[in-house]
Amino acid sequence: MTTTTDKHTITALVEDQPGVLNRISSMFRRRGYNISSLAVGQSETDGLSRMTFVVEGDPETVEMVAKNLHKLVEVIKVVNISSGNTVSRELALVRVNADVTTRSEIMQIVDIFRAKIVDVSQGTLIVEVTGDENKVDSLVDLLRTFGVHEVMRTGTIAMSRGVSYEEDTPG
Amino acid sequence: MNMRGAQIVCKSLLREGCDVVFGIPGGAILPLYQTLPEFPDLRHILVRHEQGAAHAADGYARVTGKPGVAVATSGPGATNLVTGIAAAQMDSVPMVIVTGQVGRPSIGTDAFQETDITGITLPITKHNFLVMEAKDIARVIKEAFFIANSGRPGPVLVDIPRDVFMEEVDYEEPLELDLPGYKPTISGNNRQIKKASALIQSAKRPVILAGHGVIISRAYDELKELAERAQIPVITTLLGISCFPEDHVLWTGWPGMHGMAYSSLALDEADLIVALGMRFDDRITGNAEKFSSKSKKIHVDIDPSEIGKIIPVDVPIVGDVKDVLVKLNELVEPSTHSDWLKRIETLKKDHPSLRLPETDKLLARQVIRDISEITEGNATIVTGVGQHQMWAAQHYEFKNPCSLLTSGGSGTMGYEVPAAMGAQVASPDGTVWSIAGDGGFQMTLCELATIVENKLPVKFAILNNGFLGMVRQWQEIFFESSYVSTGYSGNPDFVKLAEAYGIKGIRVTDKTQVKTAIQDAMEHDGPVLIDFIVEQEENVYPMIPSGMTVKDMIEEPSSERVTV
Repeated sequence: MTTTTDKHTITALVEDQPGVLNRISSMFRRRGYNISSLAVGQSETDGLSRMTFVVEGDPETVEMVAKNLHKLVEVIKVVNISSGNTVSRELALVRVNADVTTRSEIMQIVDIFRAKIVDVSQGTLIVEVTGDENKVDSLVDLLRTFGVHEVMRTGTIAMSRGVSYEEDTPG
Repeated sequence: MNMRGAQIVCKSLLREGCDVVFGIPGGAILPLYQTLPEFPDLRHILVRHEQGAAHAADGYARVTGKPGVAVATSGPGATNLVTGIAAAQMDSVPMVIVTGQVGRPSIGTDAFQETDITGITLPITKHNFLVMEAKDIARVIKEAFFIANSGRPGPVLVDIPRDVFMEEVDYEEPLELDLPGYKPTISGNNRQIKKASALIQSAKRPVILAGHGVIISRAYDELKELAERAQIPVITTLLGISCFPEDHVLWTGWPGMHGMAYSSLALDEADLIVALGMRFDDRITGNAEKFSSKSKKIHVDIDPSEIGKIIPVDVPIVGDVKDVLVKLNELVEPSTHSDWLKRIETLKKDHPSLRLPETDKLLARQVIRDISEITEGNATIVTGVGQHQMWAAQHYEFKNPCSLLTSGGSGTMGYEVPAAMGAQVASPDGTVWSIAGDGGFQMTLCELATIVENKLPVKFAILNNGFLGMVRQWQEIFFESSYVSTGYSGNPDFVKLAEAYGIKGIRVTDKTQVKTAIQDAMEHDGPVLIDFIVEQEENVYPMIPSGMTVKDMIEEPSSERVTV
């Protein structure tokens, strides 16, 4: 058995019905799989949602995650896009300490990251950043030196590059 | 046509081929019950406890191959089903369970007898539904039956609020299933089957390991053809027992924790395992990393998530066992494997496993052998869980397919009484023996009333050792015989108990009375209970302790003098 534990991205197209998220999270809990992030939203088709999971584990475990997702009646399509050429993004809002002495330095950092300041108050700023997980991590780390009050992250969403529409995993 | 929700439920059940429903009424399900008289073709069997309804539906389903149907009310009615639903899920038994729910306006308010049964059964059903509008009932029941009995079968629960049963809607025949996310793979991949055939061709020491999937897909003839054509010994799992005739020369027992030593040894020596419709349960593999380490594995299963779950597989084939075997049999060339079969014969001779000691004592094993002899291996055997279950599986010589009903995966004590009831309903003229322990029997014995009420001629053999025998065995072996809470000193007089229900009761205390009692039971037209007062501290052997390997097997106690 391999021991490599890595992050893998799986997307699932699911029926938009009450209880679907419950079924999926119940399966993850019962089988003991680790989700590091989960994002859900409407898909291009009415009545169907698309979920993006970032899962930690060796390739065998991730394959079992995909198979068990597929087994749920309301899950229509499961794709493991970890190995492919993908675009992955998440959005984060960060409330950071900012007084007159630090504000401009923060603005420079925000610029470098092509992030945005979306709210300014007496002693804090809210920074909005979009990017892959590493980019968001780096910005949050940098902002910590000023004192971070609150971080909100959406979790990763991902899509494979090119024209090819996602193909179903076998099984 | 205008119909009430409850009428649509009945009509839909009949349309799906359901002819019998096991259940017990209560407040939320009452509108359905009050509708039953309008549908005389739908036979209702009134159980005494909802767990009985679930296990009876399970027994019925295993015998007929059709989904068993159980009905219960909301709250405690529904939660009492849970053990039976979990047992069916573990053993891939098709069931449709209809539960009443509190009325829609009360849902979520902690109303009287409200329980979130779809939430509770989420991880122990194949799928479940909460039907919030009567117009959806027909479609949902159609989908429930289809999901329950296609692909890998399992229980499907349909929860219906009280007022939805009473809601009147225009009934429309549901035409097509709309399940875009549910498409089980039935047909095995030809390229994979070719690879499997090549592996079989080159194997020197192949074994077939046949599981419940062979019975579910009724692939008995195809299994026999493969085994005979390529001369491959056939080992079954516990739930695979009876999928291959036990008097066949290639039959090589069943392996694992309490299986035959020669079966476990054959798996260990094999260079190829052809696993058919089984899931490498820990009772078979012991320590999975050391299980049959010299063999390659072909794994055929309809559920892709079973493949690679426990054991790395060389040739995975997702599909229905029967479909795959038909294609495989066209490719596999005849072979002999004569050296390997000779080796198997030697293993059987050197490790006979199931010998009885010379004794005047009344041994539970002897009772099973005598039932086997008198019924000529033609009875349907329904067991509980524990020592008696293992002895029944070991010592009964099963001649007919699908003739052992046992709670394998979930190990549910108390299965033996209601499941035997369901089996007898499914096969009114068949001989059904419920082999019970004194522990499990007392968990569901209230169904004796149901059995009498419905004139079901089930024969009960209680192997009464006054202990939770298997737990006591573990205490003896692993906890220095410290028998904490396993002795049953307060057992009732089971013969009087039977008589109180109007059932013929027989007590057997001596070895010489066993056969006569069994004969009497067989000749009696109606249910019979025999209380066999057996040796108290017998153990089940062989035994491979949990998580260990074939090298750790205790074949038999060194003290026993044995005869074959």
